[in-house]
Amino acid sequence: MSLINYSSREINCKIVYYGCGLCGKTTNLLYVHEKLPHDIKGKMVSLATDTDRTLFFDFLPLELGTVNGFKTRFHLYTVPGQVHYDASRKLILKGVDGIVFVVDSQRNRFEENIESMENMKKNLQLQGYHLDNIPYIIQYNKRDLPNCSPIEQLETALNHSQVPCFESIATTGVGVFDTLRAISKLVIAHLSRQTAR
Amino acid sequence: MAGPDLVLFEEDYSTINEILSQLVRETNSKFALLVDRSGQLISSQGDTDRMDSLSFASLSAGNYAATSELAKILGQEEFSVLFHQGTNESIHLSVVADRVILVVVFDNKTTLGLVRLRVKKAVEELTAIFRRIFEKVAERGDAPPKLGDTFSSVAESEIDNLFRE
Repeated sequence: MSLINYSSREINCKIVYYGCGLCGKTTNLLYVHEKLPHDIKGKMVSLATDTDRTLFFDFLPLELGTVNGFKTRFHLYTVPGQVHYDASRKLILKGVDGIVFVVDSQRNRFEENIESMENMKKNLQLQGYHLDNIPYIIQYNKRDLPNCSPIEQLETALNHSQVPCFESIATTGVGVFDTLRAISKLVIAHLSRQTAR
Repeated sequence: MAGPDLVLFEEDYSTINEILSQLVRETNSKFALLVDRSGQLISSQGDTDRMDSLSFASLSAGNYAATSELAKILGQEEFSVLFHQGTNESIHLSVVADRVILVVVFDNKTTLGLVRLRVKKAVEELTAIFRRIFEKVAERGDAPPKLGDTFSSVAESEIDNLFRE
């Protein structure tokens, strides 16, 4: 939930990276964390298993600086992708302001992406949200791998709302910042519409 | 969503800070945080200079959310208070108006009993304030004040400048 504090002049927004297990959500955040200078990023927190699989969430706060007198922050979260962590996934969506749905483009993960999308819609509903009312984009990740599904096929299967989409290779950073800029702008535009009347 | 879920104005915010500040003083605690259940830090009072407040807020909300789900699995509505005891420092968490978490961190300069006692009073006061804030948001039906005509364009320009390699 976006928090607007007119007294301390602060705005905080929550962006969640969602997607099936091993699709590259944490890799997105790690790349952002690695590349941004210290004055913009906070400490990255990862609640992961011994084998570096996300157990609960990753958290990375980013500071946009002061915009029209408001200190504006984006808090990036990932959900745990593995099917059996559904209870945790549901919790992370609480108060979400924007969603990046990360797709594993490999052919053998096609079904899992669709299942994850359905799971996201269901969990949003449980929190009282609907995907149509939340800023949301899709990132087609792992585009460097040889066994990728064509973008058209993924679009047909996953992008029914025709939201903006980006191709990426999160391990090398291709498309990572394009995705982050796009969702951040959508969240800001949404917030401005909510307040400016 | 009709609008931002939590909007704070000067009067309420300064009262909230006074209550937190008084709580830290009266319990001789290290610091106190107010965090909404989505993990956003609302306010902090006390000695938080050397501490990563944003991470602390996010993890507190995660901790509370996980424990609430455990309570549901047990058939409990919710655990209204959580307590983590450390060798030197301990954490006391309690829920305020169903949607906000009050976190108090204290060491051996005080006692759990005193913290519990004062937290109970602070929770009552904060609950009244937050219920009023949430009612205002629900009743108002219109949007909070503008962030400024140029907010969106300035923010977009900053995003382009900063969120890059």
